[in-house]
Amino acid sequence: MKALEIRDLHKTYKGGTQALKGIDLDVQEGDFFALLGPNGAGKSTCIGVLASLVNKTQGQVRIFGDDLDTDLVRAKSHIGLVPQEFNFNQFETLLQIVVNQAGYYGVPRQVARQRAEKYLKQLDLWDKRNTPARTLSGGMKRRLMIARALMHEPRMLILDEPTAGVDIEIRRSMWSFLKQINQQGITIILTTHYLEEAEMLCRNIAIIDKGRIIENTSMKGLLAKLNVETFILDLAPCSKEPRLEGFEYRILDDHTMEVDVAKSEGLNGVFRQLSEQQIQVLSMRNKSNRLEELFVRLVEGGRDK
Amino acid sequence: MNSLSFTALRTLWIKECTRFMRIWVQTLVPPAITMTLYFIIFGNLIGSRIGQMDGVSYMEFIVPGLIMMSVITNAYSNVSSSFFSAKFQRNVEELLVAPVSSWIIILGFVGGGVARALLVGILVTLVSAFFVDINIHNPLMLILTLLLTATLFSAAGLVNAVFAKTFDDISMVPTFVLTPLTYLGGVFYSLSLLPEFWQWVSKANPVVYMVNGFRYGFLGASDVGIGTALSVLIGFNLLVFATAWHLINKGVGIRS
Repeated sequence: MKALEIRDLHKTYKGGTQALKGIDLDVQEGDFFALLGPNGAGKSTCIGVLASLVNKTQGQVRIFGDDLDTDLVRAKSHIGLVPQEFNFNQFETLLQIVVNQAGYYGVPRQVARQRAEKYLKQLDLWDKRNTPARTLSGGMKRRLMIARALMHEPRMLILDEPTAGVDIEIRRSMWSFLKQINQQGITIILTTHYLEEAEMLCRNIAIIDKGRIIENTSMKGLLAKLNVETFILDLAPCSKEPRLEGFEYRILDDHTMEVDVAKSEGLNGVFRQLSEQQIQVLSMRNKSNRLEELFVRLVEGGRDK
Repeated sequence: MNSLSFTALRTLWIKECTRFMRIWVQTLVPPAITMTLYFIIFGNLIGSRIGQMDGVSYMEFIVPGLIMMSVITNAYSNVSSSFFSAKFQRNVEELLVAPVSSWIIILGFVGGGVARALLVGILVTLVSAFFVDINIHNPLMLILTLLLTATLFSAAGLVNAVFAKTFDDISMVPTFVLTPLTYLGGVFYSLSLLPEFWQWVSKANPVVYMVNGFRYGFLGASDVGIGTALSVLIGFNLLVFATAWHLINKGVGIRS
């Protein structure tokens, strides 16, 4: 079943800015889906329309088959939203925030308290339950918004840059939590600026730029499009300068070189040639994230057209 | 109303009541202190020289008006500040993403305003009991006027907050509109003391009907007809609630 169906979605703001210019998008139930794009591409507007925070100008949106125009109440109850900015009452306690949110979805108070315990514990916030939200750290506030979004047990969770400004340890624990709830059957749509995050978590991906979808495919399919990768090699100290036949390479300093390797060629040739010159490779790493490279190419390619 | 809507309304109402109770020093104490000063200065010190008005002591005469003044101010400011803060902090989005209808949002915020207004009204009545003997002439009229005034000004506070873009915008209406209307609404004097022209002008002020309807409930005396007072209150309620529904439903100031 399709968790999300978007057809010909347009949004023009009052000042005349066209944020969305006819978006078509499908997300299957149970998917972990990345919606990527540069700043101002239309990601947050698109999410705003799904969450009923932005009035669309034209188009159709269905969430688990329920149309936003004709079955708004049912459509809304399928979605849990984790917005980009903190939007809870800073003076309320964590327990008040999550229990009230459940109440707005018709969850009785007693059930809401049980769920609050479940989700606040899962997200390591239970000890802070009676603390006003303003005293939490940035990472805790992000996790609070995830707990709040899950209180009505939605079928689809939409996260708009959920790990922005969060340290790597907490980010990894959030990834593990999101993977876990996705495995339990919750469809997840994620926007992020950390492309490593999208590559690690998501199975399918759409890239949006200037209000249009410029790529919509599986993560594997997208990464397969990358036919050249750049590697950085750290070399042991050596008296002679390394040379590579048949490869594009750059010597960065006495013991570092950068090599472009086509997928069809592989790395064996590089190692063989260096070995013949008695140059030892101490370590090797990708110059940049693979998805990041593709993302930049696609966006820049779209702009050149 | 289905169970989802009822739970949502109950949640929003409890949240609103918790908010004003959490800051009771700002919301409940000041009106009690202000009204005590009014009773001491206007009622006791100045009132003793004025003598009787509409057949009762001046102190008795101003009690209903002062209670009504507290109800109007608190109903209005509770909803305008709460809804504007929710807009400003963006936590109004918690309601907008949920399957909560425009009516539930309006009734939840208005319910909070009415609760605070009634609580303050009871506090001021208790304070006034130290200065005068409280007698109730018509309890039904008293309750009807009180409730309709509280709902009217709570909904008006909501409309103000929908349009407000800064905190200044929510203090302008109370300062430049509500306070003059209340002071010129017959709280401290009977309309019969005014020249005929100004009596006629005063009757264009809706607060006159609220204060007099409420005063009738207490004392059995009023400058305007009771039926007229109730009709004006019901009419304004319908108008302001319809406006609030239109604005919230359209998402003015809260949806882009």
